Amino acid sequence: MTAVALIERDFAVPDIRCAGCIAKLEQGLVRDRRIASARVNFTEKRVHLSCVPDAEMPDLIGAFTTLGFEAHPIGNALGDADPAAADSRELLRAVAVSGFAMMNIMLLSVSVWSGASGATRDLFHWLSAMIALPTIAYAGRPFFRSAWRALRHRQTNMDVPISIGVLITTGLSLFETATSGPHAYFDGVVMLLFFLLCGRWLDSVMRDRARGGVTALLRNMGTGAMVLGDDGKSRWTDATALEPGMVMLVAAGERLAADGAVLRGTSRLDLSLLTGESAPQLVRVDDRVHAGTLNLDAPIEVRVSAVGGDTALADIARLMGEAAQGKSRYVRIADRAARLYAPAVHALALLAFIGWMIAGAGWHHSLLIAVAVLIITCPCALGLAVPAAQIVAAGALMRVGVLIKDGSALERLAEVDRAMIDKTGTLTLGRPEARDLERLDPQLQSLALALAQASRHPLSEALTRGLQALDVARPDVHSIRETPGFGVEAKWGDHIVTLGRPGDPVEGDALATQLSIDGALAATIGFADRLRPDARAAMDALRADGIDVSILSGDRAAAVAPVARELAMTAQTGMSPQDKLAALARQSAAHRVLMIGDGLNDGPALAAGHASMAPGSASDVGKNAADCIFLGDRLMPIVAALRMARRTQAIVRQNFVLAIGYNVIAVPLAFLGYVTPLVAALAMSGSSLIVVGNAMRLKRAIR
Amino acid sequence: MNGLALLIPIALGLGLLGLAAFFWSLRRGQFDDLDGAALRIFVEDEEEGAA
Repeated sequence: MTAVALIERDFAVPDIRCAGCIAKLEQGLVRDRRIASARVNFTEKRVHLSCVPDAEMPDLIGAFTTLGFEAHPIGNALGDADPAAADSRELLRAVAVSGFAMMNIMLLSVSVWSGASGATRDLFHWLSAMIALPTIAYAGRPFFRSAWRALRHRQTNMDVPISIGVLITTGLSLFETATSGPHAYFDGVVMLLFFLLCGRWLDSVMRDRARGGVTALLRNMGTGAMVLGDDGKSRWTDATALEPGMVMLVAAGERLAADGAVLRGTSRLDLSLLTGESAPQLVRVDDRVHAGTLNLDAPIEVRVSAVGGDTALADIARLMGEAAQGKSRYVRIADRAARLYAPAVHALALLAFIGWMIAGAGWHHSLLIAVAVLIITCPCALGLAVPAAQIVAAGALMRVGVLIKDGSALERLAEVDRAMIDKTGTLTLGRPEARDLERLDPQLQSLALALAQASRHPLSEALTRGLQALDVARPDVHSIRETPGFGVEAKWGDHIVTLGRPGDPVEGDALATQLSIDGALAATIGFADRLRPDARAAMDALRADGIDVSILSGDRAAAVAPVARELAMTAQTGMSPQDKLAALARQSAAHRVLMIGDGLNDGPALAAGHASMAPGSASDVGKNAADCIFLGDRLMPIVAALRMARRTQAIVRQNFVLAIGYNVIAVPLAFLGYVTPLVAALAMSGSSLIVVGNAMRLKRAIR
Repeated sequence: MNGLALLIPIALGLGLLGLAAFFWSLRRGQFDDLDGAALRIFVEDEEEGAA
């Protein structure tokens, strides 16, 4: 290898499932001479490549394809420091520092508790202070920052009582140390920070993990198009580098990367992600086409008219921005609890101080007791109770194929009592499936399979999928040749067989392909979108859980009616994105609505719903707007997620009760002055372990 | 007291060593792919030049 400066690129590869995949990718990719090294990140389903600078994107993706993996480029690995990931790194560092400090201070504290006195005790207290002060300054920052932010906006959150407690306790302990007093609470303060940071870190790990999963699913990120240059040659151009006026070549089976008008060619486009319309639309020269639609039939040339934020979808983006504001007003359960909790705690501490002052204990002793009350009531268990339960739940759900984007999504999901569901792509699979294949003559079945396998056309792929499920034998065909826009042709013995577009177009919503032998029509295979296999069962389960379900579709009434009938649901049809948003708003007055949808047209509704879900096959807009994403063809994960969310909420409530119960016992003790640093340390770690243990029970709840 | 003068620095030093080791492993990305690390044990090493 010469000393060429290598460039780094990241790819999302959703299909990494086992050790075999890791080996295959890492060892297979480096066989390509342009790739110097490949490293798989299994957790995030990514591959990191170092390659020579002139390796073009399609070549790299091709290298994955030859190994049998689908890869999507993600961003540019150079210099895009992910703020969220950096955040959880900083938290992890704070956890480590506070953990180290906690153990060392505890070591010193244990000696103090077991009877060190006089100069030794003072020495130990001073040592503790020297360890604790920098730790508090470093590890306490996340809390101080957030508390300051809340106070500046004249609000309170969980972090306000924490920060006040930590600061007052540290100040008093320092005073005690300086005056050779017996009680320094450095161990308590640092332990408090440690437990709370653990909770914070768990919360951010959960968000990171889901975000990693979602990025791996985003299909349109970093896509592009073959652009026709002035010299008549076509070159791959990233979607971000596309400009109005360029001419892009869109092959059959490719998604459009930008808006534009057809310059040459006739084809049919699948608009289902855009509008929910299930029937493909015929486009001719000069027709306007939109980014995100799928070209079904034949290659077309498109003159780009708008890219990126200027596309016709900008309207939808604006609607989504407005719709999402409602959600940002949601207050998380821990902060809601803190609104009541913080004033109560501070009042109690103040009361203790005043009470002991009146009883004539002197201000020093009274302050010590007030600090003991503060330390005991500090919401240590609360800060851990919620994230611990939620991360266990999210982990369990991830194993059944549901990605939860953050903890608040689980909280909101638990509250829904009504579900509005999109049809195309959500209740249905959103892709063509070949119909009535088993009625076909076995000979024809195998011929169709042989021809279909040779093509990447969406209908051929659907046919291949359907026939492979039937276990069809492959006949001996040769000289397979594909003519874009027409079909596949091959020799079978002395015969010429073709699989292709019907000669006279079957009008309307019927997608079809025809198999001919020596020019004579042998079979017509129809395609249609199909319901997801467990749609009925999932809807029944939702109803049994007390959730009203209805359909919200952009498709025509005639296409929705059979689905609604089969699933026994009410339906609203022919809805624009605005209509969906309005329908949701009407329901939101009296209900908490769960929106489930996949298309761009569902985006605003997904953003507005109290909670929202999207299938893994959804449009990028849909996946970004939804709170949860379920993978695979089945709908049952929706039910699992809902039940898990409710179960999590129950556990969180139990944890709150446990924490309050612990306060009921401990606060009077603190009030009476029995809480020494030793008791505080025991109480704090004990209650934290109990809530974490309770949260762990969720691990088994999914089965 | 003399014992303490020796033992406390040792205890703190060992703790700091652990902390430093953790930061080092964090920076080296050893915690980036925990699920993958569990699976890598099954990956057979390919001989150099076998391909």
